[in-house]
Amino acid sequence: MTRTVAARADATAVERVFREAYGQAVATLIRVFGDITLAEDAVQDAFVIASDRWRRDGIPPNPAGWIVTTARNRAIDDLRRSARGRELHEQLGAIATPSHGPGTEEQGEEGPVTDDRLRLIFTCCHPALRPENRVALTLRLLGGLSVDEVARSFLVSESAMAKRLVRAKYKIKAAKIPYRVPDEADLASRLGSVLSVLYLIYNTGLDGRERASLRSEAIRLARALVELMPDEPEAAGLLALMLLSESRAAARTAEGDLVLLRAQDRTRWDRSMIEEGQAIVRACVRRGRPSSYQLQAAIQAVHSDADSFEATDWPQIVALYDHLYSVMPTPVVALNRAIAVAEVEGPSAALMTLNAIAPDLDSYHLLHAARGTMLRRLGQRDAAQAAFERAAHLAAMDADRRFLAQQIEELADDGALMEHPPGQIDWTAKRNK
Amino acid sequence: MGQYLLSTYAVEGEVPGASQTPEEMKAFMERVIALEDEMEATGTFVFGGALHDPDASTVLRASEGDVVMTDGPFVEAKEHIAGFYIINADDLDAALAWGRKVVDAIQHPIEVRPFRATGRVQA
Repeated sequence: MTRTVAARADATAVERVFREAYGQAVATLIRVFGDITLAEDAVQDAFVIASDRWRRDGIPPNPAGWIVTTARNRAIDDLRRSARGRELHEQLGAIATPSHGPGTEEQGEEGPVTDDRLRLIFTCCHPALRPENRVALTLRLLGGLSVDEVARSFLVSESAMAKRLVRAKYKIKAAKIPYRVPDEADLASRLGSVLSVLYLIYNTGLDGRERASLRSEAIRLARALVELMPDEPEAAGLLALMLLSESRAAARTAEGDLVLLRAQDRTRWDRSMIEEGQAIVRACVRRGRPSSYQLQAAIQAVHSDADSFEATDWPQIVALYDHLYSVMPTPVVALNRAIAVAEVEGPSAALMTLNAIAPDLDSYHLLHAARGTMLRRLGQRDAAQAAFERAAHLAAMDADRRFLAQQIEELADDGALMEHPPGQIDWTAKRNK
Repeated sequence: MGQYLLSTYAVEGEVPGASQTPEEMKAFMERVIALEDEMEATGTFVFGGALHDPDASTVLRASEGDVVMTDGPFVEAKEHIAGFYIINADDLDAALAWGRKVVDAIQHPIEVRPFRATGRVQA
């Protein structure tokens, strides 16, 4: 394949390229039109045109630019045709002037970062919006996820999510939440919300191959944030955390199935991402202002140092989880700490912790998957099966369900292994053969 | 430019943390006057002030071609609006910055709510 632009493109390729360009296009059009819904509708119109034209003529070299131009022209045509549109169009004339245009005032073009997506993420993550709406807006507008995909990542119905997004966009417009990167004075306090949103986007990108572009999108936005805020170690910590996680992307799946850390082929880890991530972690350690993202990145850096699962410095990882739990005492941190504890103290100690946090995480499939793993290592086959079945019932992604179904299948073979002392059954090692 | 209502509420007739002693009242009034002067000087102040208790309210209601009046507030609730400012602000961040100053001055929670563009109001 030496052609840089295919003469024809299939529907999947068009959809993928379109989604990658979606956030940039919507963000630019919001600046142009000063209206989120108008920008979304215009980009949707452009998609209808693109799915026809790109399949026939091939994907243009600058898809985002193509979408912006097409969407802008379509929206202006539509606006001219309707009475309401003419009114809006007059307003747009006013908005487009540099002294009044959203995103062109104050920080605007002179600011250190003029990326429209950054403006949009600070708007979407505004503290006057409730946290779940910040994440939903960012995934929808910057990640380009469908309303249904956003709904599934929140475990709510599509109609409930659609209403939530409409309400959130209504508030942005009615209350005039500004479309700009915050002033220096407010920047630090507004960052925490942006970081948690980016991390959720990254994690959403781990759920299935079709969402993989969300991960590079999250990393791209995190890089831009670090550039904007070089003195904010948590932004750097988040970037390192994502890079170290991303370094394992190739080893994390095999033929669409999940491969756990212990079974991964570590030669397939991306060394350049590991080196970049570890360098950021070392710089964070020198700064001496550790907080949750930096500590999570440090945990991943320890994993990246080990040549094998067995050679991992588990006591160091448990110590880092203890530190993390002191700044971020959540059940999910306790869950991950318990999994690390199993490698130091064995599955009984881990299971005790898991049982203690189970009521808080009852609807989280990984809690039940972890319980199943510990119960299996303790030789409690029926309890392990019940836990894996509960996990499979709760898991949203096909790959997760397939993985859990395989655990249940393998449990049936454990009868033959019962002669081994409990705790010695290493099913991931068996998988590895 | 938009206009925002910054409102504060009394709970069961009491404004929690309200001034008790004459000294506290004097300091409170000085803070409020300074704030209102600053609002005035920057073209922010549209109108505002403290309200009498809801016991002083009268409700008017259209009924069969007439207007009927009843004694008391519109909503029977524990919380009632106790005072408000209407301010000019470029956007929500500007309105929230003034809202912080109001909270600092009156030491009481406020609600910031945008006006709709109707009649004389330009949102």
